[in-house]
Amino acid sequence: MRVNFTVNGRPQQADDVWEGESLLYVLRERLGLPGSKNACEQGECGSCTVRLDGVPVCSCLVAAGQAEGREVVTVEGLADFARQRACGSDGTGGVCGTSLDEARAWQARGTDSQAGGNVELSPVQQAFIDAGAVQCGFCTPGLLVAADEMLERNPSPSDADIREALSGNLCRCTGYEKIMDAVRLAAARQSEGV
Amino acid sequence: MPTNGVPTKITQGSGTKGGIGESTLRPDGTLKVTGEFAYSSDMWHEDMLWGQILRSTVAHAEIVSLDTAEALATPGVYAVMTYDDLPAEVKHYGLEIRDTPVLAHGKVRHHGEPVAIVAADHPETARRAAAKIKVEYRELPVITDEASATAPDAVLIHEHRDDHHIGHVPHPNIVHRQPIVRGDVTSARGRADVIVEGEYTFGMQDQAFLGPESGLAVPEEDGGVHLYIATQWLHSDLRQIAPVLGLPEDKVRMTLAGVGGAFGGREDLSMQIHACLLALRTGKPVKIVYNRFESFFGHVHRHPAKLYYEHGATADGKLTHVKARIVLDGGAYASASPAVVGNASSLGVGPYAVDDVDIEAIALYTNNPPCGAMRGFGAVQACFAYEAQMDKLAARLGMDPVELRQRNAMEQGTLLPTGQPVDSPAPVAELLRRVKAMPLPPERQWESSEGADVRQLPGGLSNTTHGEGVVRGVGYAVGIKNVGFSEGFDDYSTARVRMEVVGGEPVATVHTAMAEVGQGGVTVHAQIARTELGVDQVTIHPADTRVGSAGSTSASRQTYVTGGAIRHACELVREKVLDLGRRKLGSYHPAWAHAELLLEGGKVVTDGGEVLADLVDVLGDEAVEVEEEWRHRPTEPFDLRTGQGNGHVQYSFAAHRAVVEVDTELGLVKVIELACAQDVGKALNPLSVVGQIQGGTTQGLGMAVMEEILVDPKTAKVRNPSFTDYLIPTILDTPTIPVDVLELADDHAPYGLRGVGEAPTLSSTPAVLAAIRAATGLELNRTPVRPEHLTGTS
Amino acid sequence: MDFLRPASWEEALAAKAEHPTAVPIAGGTDVMVEINFDHRRPEYLMDLTRIGDLYEWEVGRDTVRLGASVPYATIMEQLRPELPGLALASHTVASPQIRNRGGVGGNLGTASPAGDAHPALLAAGAEVEVESVRGSRRIPVDDFYTGVKRNALAPDELIRAVHIRKADGPQQYSKVGTRNAMVIAVCAFGLALHPQTRTVRTGIGSAAPTPVRAKAAEDFLNAALEEGGFWDNGKIITPSVAKQFADLCAAACNPIDDVRGTASYRRHAVGVMARRTLTWTWESYRGAHRTTEGAA
Repeated sequence: MRVNFTVNGRPQQADDVWEGESLLYVLRERLGLPGSKNACEQGECGSCTVRLDGVPVCSCLVAAGQAEGREVVTVEGLADFARQRACGSDGTGGVCGTSLDEARAWQARGTDSQAGGNVELSPVQQAFIDAGAVQCGFCTPGLLVAADEMLERNPSPSDADIREALSGNLCRCTGYEKIMDAVRLAAARQSEGV
Repeated sequence: MPTNGVPTKITQGSGTKGGIGESTLRPDGTLKVTGEFAYSSDMWHEDMLWGQILRSTVAHAEIVSLDTAEALATPGVYAVMTYDDLPAEVKHYGLEIRDTPVLAHGKVRHHGEPVAIVAADHPETARRAAAKIKVEYRELPVITDEASATAPDAVLIHEHRDDHHIGHVPHPNIVHRQPIVRGDVTSARGRADVIVEGEYTFGMQDQAFLGPESGLAVPEEDGGVHLYIATQWLHSDLRQIAPVLGLPEDKVRMTLAGVGGAFGGREDLSMQIHACLLALRTGKPVKIVYNRFESFFGHVHRHPAKLYYEHGATADGKLTHVKARIVLDGGAYASASPAVVGNASSLGVGPYAVDDVDIEAIALYTNNPPCGAMRGFGAVQACFAYEAQMDKLAARLGMDPVELRQRNAMEQGTLLPTGQPVDSPAPVAELLRRVKAMPLPPERQWESSEGADVRQLPGGLSNTTHGEGVVRGVGYAVGIKNVGFSEGFDDYSTARVRMEVVGGEPVATVHTAMAEVGQGGVTVHAQIARTELGVDQVTIHPADTRVGSAGSTSASRQTYVTGGAIRHACELVREKVLDLGRRKLGSYHPAWAHAELLLEGGKVVTDGGEVLADLVDVLGDEAVEVEEEWRHRPTEPFDLRTGQGNGHVQYSFAAHRAVVEVDTELGLVKVIELACAQDVGKALNPLSVVGQIQGGTTQGLGMAVMEEILVDPKTAKVRNPSFTDYLIPTILDTPTIPVDVLELADDHAPYGLRGVGEAPTLSSTPAVLAAIRAATGLELNRTPVRPEHLTGTS
Repeated sequence: MDFLRPASWEEALAAKAEHPTAVPIAGGTDVMVEINFDHRRPEYLMDLTRIGDLYEWEVGRDTVRLGASVPYATIMEQLRPELPGLALASHTVASPQIRNRGGVGGNLGTASPAGDAHPALLAAGAEVEVESVRGSRRIPVDDFYTGVKRNALAPDELIRAVHIRKADGPQQYSKVGTRNAMVIAVCAFGLALHPQTRTVRTGIGSAAPTPVRAKAAEDFLNAALEEGGFWDNGKIITPSVAKQFADLCAAACNPIDDVRGTASYRRHAVGVMARRTLTWTWESYRGAHRTTEGAA
């Protein structure tokens, strides 16, 4: 079957989709967006978390056909999504020059990138790097989508709020402490930046 | 970060920013947070096929017949292969013992063993075709424990063993046996005022890395194949893969794809050979990605164990002797079992000074899932038991458990039961002191003005208690882990370092085959190059087999060994660069000939700080490149009868204090805090070091209260191969983990560093268990402990 | 496999009538796992996420009509005053991602004894509104679960909504799992006090082939409360009554040993949860009782 939906603001079309395919499979294998990860495919790890019409969901549990006509945001689109949000998509937002976060982001970046260069990151992405919240990184995309959405709803979360919001995302490397640090850091920078 | 002790030796000027000792950020961080980092499961190739493995549905059976005709006739299917289709004489692989068939031959020995492989144009086509393969099994009795494995009439798991352990094992269903005998336990027992005995059970833990086994094999024009793969050791894979494909090693090219965690679970091969076989058979790229269900069958697990211990002590708390028997279940294939036996036996008394020791460790062949490497192997199982014994002994002596441990703590110079002296700092008593000195978290944190905050209570949001039945307990544990490959293994790494001017700046390129599995090796490599070569810009070349072996990313060894190789190569590059400078510019300044010269901040400087030249001018158009192997001090095998020998190269020590709150009525445990103190010798990257300690600690927590692969003892089938029923800690189960890092240099190691990754996984589990015992008063001789064990309802 | 995308409830009913084997999918929590792991290959998948009606709820005088697909997150956040037991149960469902997408219709459709919503529905009292082209009917939730993962739906019927009695007194819900999120219940217990009718109702999850009520325990407690005049005097329930109630709840279980827990533990834990939830609800009732008296 054919499926049409919007991913990271762009209309996408996938053809010859087998009816049993998940949204995760279509993103990864048909649309060239492998950022959403395939760790468990049973809704028990959160690595495939995307926003579907704004709501964080496990894309492994969304049948591809259910995404028809919907809007999806993946980790690949997170920086743009956050920037547009910061600018205010309703046209009433603030200045869209180089924000404090962005300025800090440039400065904080290491110089020995294997690749990737100077990419613009969302505050939560930058905070994950700065706080050491990334090890193998397989859980990172899902965590970022979930954390970004929480900070959108709750800009000054308590530790208990953070833990609850991220309780659907398993990480096997970090013991979560640096992830907590990263989300606290992103929240603090976000509130400073306002 | 608190530091004390010996100052670390730095061979080069430390003036360059981003060198060792700083918390520089991961070079792959940006790619990982944007989703662009290419993991092995992200590989894609035009026209690629999907591989699928058909696995045995029974644990022990003869294969009576195997019919692939219908599968092969399925539209979209390009190949179906069984044992009979293997192209070379070699049809088995294995880390140390080549006992694992690439595809089952006549017999399956465990649930989930690969029987056939399929390549098709869509994963669903491949799955449907695999389901059409008809396999008829004649089931055999299953061997699941020591009694059934060593019974006189036991079926032999491997009928024709010819490995180098068969000569010294008491039964062919025992992979390896290692006794460690020192002093005289019988007479020492006479000096003991108190003797405690215990029998302990350690469950089967899974590495549960998040990135599933996966990779892409691309056939090449020369008849070879290029494999993009997530592994812990490219060259070990290569050595096992090439013979089965019937190809020379130079026709099997391997590139490390992104690795989504490993923890030992990628030391063995999984889908590597299968993908290559299908790619070579079909002439098309073949991708294989396990799902989580398959992943539980696709890699080895941590050995479950039965441990029998006897500890004796004098009335003042001095250990007289330790006698122990450790039975590890290796499952159907050997994997890393021999090394696990070596660690469990040689480290079986823990970080304590004991003169009279009698330990025996064995690993069994059974029909249970194969077990092998996982973080801290051998030492983890032993630590759980000997630390439980230390608490038992303290209770019997009426002594504080920390004090008992400190009284017997090993120190520099102590002899291990193997007779090997510990020749670097061993701050066991100090780590215990530090972890005990940390402030305790406040009591009853769940109480608030609005009633009980269930999020702070056992059971959490599941709302099982508002404080009823909740009792706090505190427990301690400490452990010792060997760093690097032991027992005479030629443990080396290779580094290629190149220095040249790129875009007007001096740039160092570091090329190794080290598997970055998340630990941050790539970060540290760049730091070492900066420190040693005085440059800002370092490029980390992707890991592949075009450079010599780096050895395994395991045994906490990579920063030591590959880090050591990089430092060594950098030193040689530095000498060459200085020679170049002397040739080109030596006549301009006498210091070129007479002073000690350093590279710092992109310049050649004297040890007095005088700048002699820019590296840009020294190098000009030339590139200086060195590829060198580097090895740590040699070790020796343990004597097969006495276990004596200088088997280890370095040790890593960590201590934990666990604070738990237990709902004693429902048997639910909340770990409130899990504090750790660890000696790391020298923290090359403090942020990463703390991250390793917290991650390792959390895996130990999981083992204490929730993680276990359950195998049916009647059928040897795995009962919970999913993330629904194999539970690992979520962020709501993981407490704060304060870390106190001690840096006492090991003068034998590069920069004085000590391997970090494994030690925290050892003591975490027994500390949590000790805390639960303190809260409940129960004996608790197994881990993980589940609610039924705490409520008398098991 | 065919993918059906009905745009309206009527289209869905027509499609289900034409293809009774069609498997409805909304939140995907159960169905997609079965497909991803090759446990199920339905001939037809029928997507219900385009039917807006299923995502709506209505608070009536005595009941809440809860659309089958109203996500657990919404129940937690918006319906706590009316459906406190179900709101608590919703909060224990898996993870935020799953709660954003899964709804009570899925729990009922799958009818697993471990479904988190069942004990809360049983305790509150509810009717399941099901419909086919043949017509609509309401099935009392007590009669809905007919076996392990079996329910009272006819092959051509779909679940449209659940009519749940609005809370007229305190409700509680407890679930035992060996992890603090993303965990399937080892066992669960729901309790609702119904001061208007002077009754209590219970629900037990994961401790019998189907979700069940502990009717003997309810009868015992109803009688004991009546006899002691507890509803009026608001006295503390005597420990012996609480213990007897807990024992009867435990006795209502018919559990099995499985990878998640032993039968013996399940019985024990249901008893503990019964006693505790009774204490909490009764304390809350007494508090409200005293406040009412004070205000009067």
